[in-house]
Amino acid sequence: MNINATLIGQAIWFAFFIWITMKFVWPPLQRAMQERQKQIADGLAAGERAKADLIQAEHKAAAALTEAKGRATEIIALSEKRAAQIVEEAKTAAKGEGERIIASAKAEIEQEVFRAKEALRNQVADLAVAGAGKILMREVDAKAHTELLAQLKREL
Amino acid sequence: MASGAAQTSSEYITHHLTNLHAGHGFWTFHLDTLIISGAIGLFIFGLMAWAASKASSGVPGKLQNFVEMVVTLVDSQVKDTFHGDRSFITPLAITIFVWVFLMNAMDLIPVDWLPLAGGAVGIHHLKVVPTTDPNLTFAMSLTVFALIYFFNLKVKGVGGFLHEVFTAPFGPWLAPVNLLFRIVEDIAKPISLALRLFGNMYAGEMVFILISLLGLWQLPLALPWALFHILIITLQAFVFMMLTVVYLSMAHEGH
Repeated sequence: MNINATLIGQAIWFAFFIWITMKFVWPPLQRAMQERQKQIADGLAAGERAKADLIQAEHKAAAALTEAKGRATEIIALSEKRAAQIVEEAKTAAKGEGERIIASAKAEIEQEVFRAKEALRNQVADLAVAGAGKILMREVDAKAHTELLAQLKREL
Repeated sequence: MASGAAQTSSEYITHHLTNLHAGHGFWTFHLDTLIISGAIGLFIFGLMAWAASKASSGVPGKLQNFVEMVVTLVDSQVKDTFHGDRSFITPLAITIFVWVFLMNAMDLIPVDWLPLAGGAVGIHHLKVVPTTDPNLTFAMSLTVFALIYFFNLKVKGVGGFLHEVFTAPFGPWLAPVNLLFRIVEDIAKPISLALRLFGNMYAGEMVFILISLLGLWQLPLALPWALFHILIITLQAFVFMMLTVVYLSMAHEGH
């Protein structure tokens, strides 16, 4: 066992290697490892969050579906009601129209009857005048007797 | 035993235990210790620094993964023992563990290989395992000792440190005893740290050398001893690291 200047050389080597480790090995590795740890933690947190989001979205979707179903039922009921109403309205309108048509037809018929009567009356009056004229063997002055004839027609 | 018939057993052993040296007296340099330990350190810490410089927070590659594994292992040990800013202590512990482990691991190379290869290129003495050189273990333990004092003074201040020296562990009325205890403790720290590593590795190397003297019988013996020695290699590196961390932790926290 002989202690000599090798000791000084070894101490220098030792210090040099400590310096390398302290300067170039430990800090970058520690940084990388911490960063990775953080990334993993972030990833896990993101996964957790995504899971919660998914559950929430499912709840939302279910709620939306229920609401839509409710709305649909409502709309169907409403439309059925409306359809019944329309049918009812149509029936009422049709009935009114029919009555109106019937009334107008009746009026026309009456008018027609009246006109026919009028025509008939005229003819009868003419016939009577012609008959009277033949009987009297002379011309009746139609113009002179217009008033008489009109009175006669009215009486008929 | 391959160095020729002219060599006796004791010559063979002595040859294996002699450093390649240059210089005289105190200014002797054990070139094999300096070069091998330096080369190992440059290789492994260069590799680790290279891996760290390319380290990404994404999926790590094989090398980065391995380096991270070692670093995390050491850091978790430091974290358990040392409470405070680890930006110096952890690199120190990593350096000690990795470097000592690899220097110890040189023991697993069959004892004759590198000396024979060295002999072939004109190097007559070569002690392959740097940690069997007390110069290395003392250099490390004295550096650690200096750090212990540095942190003692830095954290507690001169007054706080002196107060601790004279009052722990028996209180102010037994100040001389406390001082004596402290002196013994502080002398024992670097010496035990250095000699534990040196003794273990030196003895292990010695057993390898003795086994290699057995001729053909070394074959069934060298392998079990090498396997067993892996345990010692790891354990000694770990113990040196742990004790350093514990000492520095004590320097930070006081009694």
